[in-house]
Amino acid sequence: MIGDNLLAYAFMAGGLACFALFSWYPLIRGIMLSFQQVNFVTDPYWVGTENYVALFEDPLFWTAWRNTLVFSGIALVFGYLVPLFLAILMNELRHLKGFFRVAVYLPVMLPPIVVVLLWRYFYDPGNGLFNTVLSAVGLPTSQWTQSSGTALFSLVLVSTWANLGGATLMYLAGLQSIPGELYEAAELDGASVWQRLRHVTIPQLRFLMLVLLLLQVIATMQVFIEPYQLTGTTNPDTITVMVLIYRYAFTVNNDFGLAAAMSVTLFVVLAAFSAVYLRLTRSQES
Amino acid sequence: MGTPRTRTILGLLLVVGLGFGTAACGSGADDTEEGGRVTLVINGLPPATEAANHQRFLDNVAEFEKLNPDIDLEPREGKMDPQTFAAKLAGGQLEDVFYVYFTDPANLIAKRQVADVSEYLADFPVTQQIKPEVLRVFQDDKGGVYGLPYKNYSMGLLYNRELFTKAGLDPANPPRTWAEVREAAKKITALGDGHVGYGEYSKSNTGGWHFTAEIYSLGGEVAVNDGGTWKAAFNSAQGKQVLQQLKDMRWTDNSMGERQLLEWSDLLQLMGSGKLGMYVATADNIPTIVNQYQGKYETYGLGPIPGGAGTLGGGEGYMFNAKASPAKIKAGLKWLTFWFTSAERFEAENKWSADNKIPIGLPEPAIFTGDAAQLQAAADAKYANVPQENYAPFKAAMPSIPVKLEPPNAQQIYAVLDVAMQKVLTERDANVDQLLADAEKQVNQILASVR
Repeated sequence: MIGDNLLAYAFMAGGLACFALFSWYPLIRGIMLSFQQVNFVTDPYWVGTENYVALFEDPLFWTAWRNTLVFSGIALVFGYLVPLFLAILMNELRHLKGFFRVAVYLPVMLPPIVVVLLWRYFYDPGNGLFNTVLSAVGLPTSQWTQSSGTALFSLVLVSTWANLGGATLMYLAGLQSIPGELYEAAELDGASVWQRLRHVTIPQLRFLMLVLLLLQVIATMQVFIEPYQLTGTTNPDTITVMVLIYRYAFTVNNDFGLAAAMSVTLFVVLAAFSAVYLRLTRSQES
Repeated sequence: MGTPRTRTILGLLLVVGLGFGTAACGSGADDTEEGGRVTLVINGLPPATEAANHQRFLDNVAEFEKLNPDIDLEPREGKMDPQTFAAKLAGGQLEDVFYVYFTDPANLIAKRQVADVSEYLADFPVTQQIKPEVLRVFQDDKGGVYGLPYKNYSMGLLYNRELFTKAGLDPANPPRTWAEVREAAKKITALGDGHVGYGEYSKSNTGGWHFTAEIYSLGGEVAVNDGGTWKAAFNSAQGKQVLQQLKDMRWTDNSMGERQLLEWSDLLQLMGSGKLGMYVATADNIPTIVNQYQGKYETYGLGPIPGGAGTLGGGEGYMFNAKASPAKIKAGLKWLTFWFTSAERFEAENKWSADNKIPIGLPEPAIFTGDAAQLQAAADAKYANVPQENYAPFKAAMPSIPVKLEPPNAQQIYAVLDVAMQKVLTERDANVDQLLADAEKQVNQILASVR
């Protein structure tokens, strides 16, 4: 049986080897690491659940999860609805379609570090762009990333601006694949713009919206570069799960076991969302 | 038909597999020592972009190898980078002798990632002249030595002399107390045009680091050893004074600028731009400001840390890979005492630096005592090429200000204290007492957990 398909297995072997080496092995090693203490000189030794106990006792663990969930929540409100709205607008355009498509996608093409440095200048509470504009038109200025009330929201703004282009284009592609006859039929029935949106567009896009929602949840939960660059690894108002993992491993604790334990908690949460995503895509395909 | 093809495919797979296998195994440093020859991998080689320093390092290597024909040095670029250190260690790529900052040794010793070199020190007499308080950085609690210092710095007040003059302050007489700092900062801010009187850190552990220097300056402590256990000690009158002063300067006087959450390079950049009056720093900031941010040596002065009851010291040195053989450790100690931890070398180094327009005479505490310290002082005075009078206030006060080292688990404590610094600098109604109490609780947890 295997002998018959040896050639096929041989073709798969390279891909499988790569997967095993670069995906599965690190994953299993990471889970093992979370139950070990590592110093890279002697072999790692097992410490049972010590890392997890230390993790759950660290108030920052809960702070980071709370911040991450709040960030994801706000990011979804903006990053999920704004691209949909933009895509519908762009779909209705008669002129300059190409220009807007490029314009909306431009920020996605910027390297994330450039985006963050750019926004650091926008947000500068002293002479940054935003406060300069606000005071010029007589509005009160804000501390942006530098006050606990507005910091997390400010990070969401950066992240949304940087990433909405991708989602917008996907929605646009979805919108353009909706058969024109449906709209024509709706128009003949005397449906208004809103009714067409409600009864034709949204139902047709429902599946795409659901997939994008899950993908965005998975992506926003892994937010790192915005809080890391704009507010640092020690700021309790904005520390996220990924920043805390980084902090455990590299900047404060130098404790890879603890960082691995934190990574495992993130992995479990993201795996749950991914399972939902896979199930949905599979049911749609079938 | 199928068999040869199958064989070929299996052969290919084997080759691919072997390729992956060898790629996955890091190749460690060559440990063979045939015929008494030792190959020693060292780092600290300046990058090729710093052409003069790079060449100087290689010249020293060549000279050392001529004197020690049985030792081959393999110099590598790079200093201490915490983010790659563990990976290098895991991959067997860590140098035999590697560069560290004073903040690193305690952690590396506790994790057993470095070798104890105590038993070999008797053969290197210059190590007897290292200041005990500096050598202590590289020791464990039993007195075992794991490395040697190279440079030592202590914090003072770095200030812009031109802005002092413009603001009607005396550049030869920098502020000696925190009250004077506050007044001077007001005057400099009053120049307008975006001038900032006094700059302060609060991000990426630098806030906690400065808080430590400032509480030392008032005679306070961050952590004290109480009968064998460490306890947080900064929730004190001095700790309150540090935070309250910053809060008042930030919100009442508006003399610290709007932009906060600054980290290391931010204040150097601001100083280089000519907009910043003062900040707490070590002398080695000055060449960086000049080289990277277009400053001029004449512009900057260094005064003692305000308060003057103590200051925070730091520095750099070299440690030994835990896996280094005795032959490598001896070779490493030879190399270090040939150049980095060597009093005889000061003269030649300073001459070369002066010829290459590299600053000599920045005020730094010596790492040696006795004859070695005098040799260094004489060599520094002979070749000094940066304005000595600008650092006179710092130098004059140096002997009377005790240099204290960082608390244990410094980086973790700094991360906690960063929060207190952030809050007073970014929240107008920050509660100093509450911030200190919160930080104290967390720091006590850090000090209690021996992980």
